[in-house]
Amino acid sequence: MVPLYGKTLDELKSIVTAEGLPSFTASQIADWLYHHHAESIDEMTNLSKKAREMLSAKYTVGLSKPERVSESADGTKKYLFPVANNRFVEAAYIPDDDRATLCVSSQSGCKMGCLFCMTAKQGFQGNLSAGEILNQLRSVPEFKNVTNIVYMGMGEPFDNLENVLKSLEILTSKWGMGWSTKRITVSTIGLIPAMNQFLEKSNCHLAISLHTPFDDERRMLMPIQNVYPIADVVDELKKYRFSDHHRVSFEYIMFDGLNDTPRHVKELVKLLNGINCRINLIRFHPIPDSPLRTSPDERIIQFRDSLTAKGIFTTIRASRGQDIQAACGLLSTKALQEKR
Amino acid sequence: MKSWNEIPYDIQRVISNTAVAPGAYILKFKKNNPFIAGQVLALGVSKEIEPRYYSIASAENDELISILYTERVEGKLTPMLSLLNLGENIMVSKPFGTFTHIKPSPVFIAAGTGIAPFMSMLLTGKASGVTLIHGAPYPEYFYYSDTLIGRLGENYIRCCSRCQPGCLFVGRVTDFVKQWNDLDVNRPYYLCGSAEMVVETRDILISRGVPVSNINSEIYF
Repeated sequence: MVPLYGKTLDELKSIVTAEGLPSFTASQIADWLYHHHAESIDEMTNLSKKAREMLSAKYTVGLSKPERVSESADGTKKYLFPVANNRFVEAAYIPDDDRATLCVSSQSGCKMGCLFCMTAKQGFQGNLSAGEILNQLRSVPEFKNVTNIVYMGMGEPFDNLENVLKSLEILTSKWGMGWSTKRITVSTIGLIPAMNQFLEKSNCHLAISLHTPFDDERRMLMPIQNVYPIADVVDELKKYRFSDHHRVSFEYIMFDGLNDTPRHVKELVKLLNGINCRINLIRFHPIPDSPLRTSPDERIIQFRDSLTAKGIFTTIRASRGQDIQAACGLLSTKALQEKR
Repeated sequence: MKSWNEIPYDIQRVISNTAVAPGAYILKFKKNNPFIAGQVLALGVSKEIEPRYYSIASAENDELISILYTERVEGKLTPMLSLLNLGENIMVSKPFGTFTHIKPSPVFIAAGTGIAPFMSMLLTGKASGVTLIHGAPYPEYFYYSDTLIGRLGENYIRCCSRCQPGCLFVGRVTDFVKQWNDLDVNRPYYLCGSAEMVVETRDILISRGVPVSNINSEIYF
């Protein structure tokens, strides 16, 4: 059975045409899937009974509920979702005053091999379909409370660009969920060609994993630096005009004694000169056997203040869900994959 | 992931496309741009198929570029690459990448076709005092082994995961590194292969006392 959830309007049109149904049926199905949140084809009551029977023979809505939830003392919840080929991914629901953010995965595992990331240790198992990405939003019990979505879970979104773009089209189209692009952020380590495609095709916010402005250090932390150096990534970004409506931010994990010195502040300012951006400082959440340690809080504050004084809007991101391994860099389903 | 519309490229003619092991090929074509050993380039056969990056395996001063690749049955590009014959066209980007700064007395650790950048460095004569550890499932997948035995002697270590006990180390690269008596924490280590191999090997090196600043990785993606 082929899942309908995650199909774009064009894909739904192809399906109804192939089934010999009127073309407007595609809009009706999109309406049921993305506005009325139907869970079965039988619920699509403005489709003829014959159409529903024809569709049901080959298609299903294709939603899948999380198999497990872990809840943090701070209210963060981590959901475990099954995806194709007996794999799993995790999504983190992070409530905070008047907003609630869902951090979704775009791949099962990851092939980028960053030194500080738990997902890297499980290797790469596969790309998620657009439906599997969106199912993480649709199928959390807090679905209707979610105000923001960030593609910062397992995987590198731009290594699965086609499905990520499809999911963004569904999230933001009028025929889809109708979300504002301002509520969506996609995070990348800087795969330049895919990043450029994203910037041309989407107005959602972009976040870049930066972590150090120096080549040798970044190469040690992130092997991708060998292919796409951060200076080249930033040069590409300078070709675009960013604003509050289409924002670029830089993620900067703070490692004790490695990337938290005045020398780094100076180089960061030089690197980002000319880009309207912000920097989010993130405490490193230690992973087993890692040689890295998080910077002391006072140094993180000092680092933020130094960058702010140089004119770069800088925030310190609150660590959430660390006690349930839901914080930044800690998502992994390796143990489950090994059991299968 | 990326489109040929955004990548400057040349059309080159295939000089040879030789099967060197079941499902593994060495593709050769004329060098269109200078490169530095360790760099990659994108290859393609048509604009409709996403380009993929491959490390160059030939020496900097060769007139031909050699690419080592394995055919992935489920892939879109490599089944097409494997069908290319002499004289047929191939799309080739400019070489790029910075997996090129090799310090003296390096230890190269590769799995499968991850040996390509190291071959380029060795053939170029850019690395001296090398130890090369290569992992493969069967003996026929130790590409370039005749050349490497001659050049490196005992400093060429083959880890064969599905071999019978004999002259090769039986096990994966990671098994070898875990028990390697001659591991020197002060040497620079260069890894190339799948993400899983690189991450696991890097963790083992760190656990054995190699500073992370001595480890440089290149990953297929």
